[in-house]
Amino acid sequence: MTVQENTSKRHIEELLRGKEEEILKRWVEISSRPLRGRLNETQTAKELREIYRALLRSFDHADGATELRALLAELSRSRAQQGFTPGETAMAVFGLKDAVSELVEAEAGVEALRGFLWLSSTIDGLGLYTFEAYTTAREKIIADQAEELLELSTPVVKLWEGIVAVPLVGTLDSARTQVVMEKLLQTLVDTGSEYAVIDITGVPAVDTQVAQHLLKTVMAARLMGANCVISGIRPQIAHTIVTLGIEFGDIITKATLADALAYALRKSGVEVVGRRQTRVAVRTEES
Amino acid sequence: MERVPILKIGDVLLVSIQGDLDDQAVLTLQEDLAEKVVTTSAVGVIIDITSVEIVDSFVGRMLSTIAGMARMLDAETIVVGMRPAVAITLVELGLTLGGLRTALDLEKGIALLGRANESAETLTAVAK
Repeated sequence: MTVQENTSKRHIEELLRGKEEEILKRWVEISSRPLRGRLNETQTAKELREIYRALLRSFDHADGATELRALLAELSRSRAQQGFTPGETAMAVFGLKDAVSELVEAEAGVEALRGFLWLSSTIDGLGLYTFEAYTTAREKIIADQAEELLELSTPVVKLWEGIVAVPLVGTLDSARTQVVMEKLLQTLVDTGSEYAVIDITGVPAVDTQVAQHLLKTVMAARLMGANCVISGIRPQIAHTIVTLGIEFGDIITKATLADALAYALRKSGVEVVGRRQTRVAVRTEES
Repeated sequence: MERVPILKIGDVLLVSIQGDLDDQAVLTLQEDLAEKVVTTSAVGVIIDITSVEIVDSFVGRMLSTIAGMARMLDAETIVVGMRPAVAITLVELGLTLGGLRTALDLEKGIALLGRANESAETLTAVAK
């Protein structure tokens, strides 16, 4: 770094230190303008002040830079969670440039201008960093949600003592089948259920791959000593399965969940009897 | 050498496999079991694999072989207590163990054998 650059750098540093309050106030104003009150102003001011302090410290030694990055990452993360766009998040950082440029213009010295250019490129780097941090935070949110969805979409419900059911909703792929299979088999062990009903009413389409997954699940359950019934096969799906030539072998299939439950109840020796209609007997006294 | 104990409960033989078996132990078990079925004239064999965590094709074939052997000697084989992970592995290996009966736990396995015997007895009774 040349001597000249050093002096201009020091100049801008002094400016930033000297007019801290003024710049901060302006920065908060500029960066909250595009957000139009979607964010608490005092909260923003607090965050920006911390970042500003860290920026000042980063001029002195390298530890400050690490702290600054951590703060920026935190800012990006919270903004990403609150649903701000990456542009809005980066603008919060770029706002500092505008705030400082106003002061530099007022001063109008060569030193100040050169120093501002240096500061500007530093802030650009920081802005890009928030962009990256924002994307990472967003990707993490998406991955978490996908995982949660996977968990949510595969409940195993108990229908009766010794009968459990898995209502499948949505497209079946390898990853989901794996989760369903593991969860179903584990439930069979935990509850000691001998009958499992896999209900595919909510599965939009059945192709050879989905059928293969279903067959594997049934086979695994059978190996463990439980019986599987597949229910909820819609007319179109029955048509597709036959057209594709998929063999379900000796696996029991039923049209509706009710049929499957009735089958499982019968097989496990439970008899369901409707209550007899109560009759009102009127006895008349013979006179 | 490690030997798998074979227990006798009534006319049922119980084999509880603890941990993972090596090939020699599997072969010894098959021989011992065949011998025991003949000497005790058992009608059922229950193989408990609750504590087996890892299976390969060899163990899968062992189960089928034992079942085949027992059937030749007029005894029914039931495998009980298979873990989910083991079941998934066997299916992925393409071993569906056809002809082998399974139950969730020992209790259900014994109940299954009892039911089979009962129906066999009723059949003979009807035939008479």
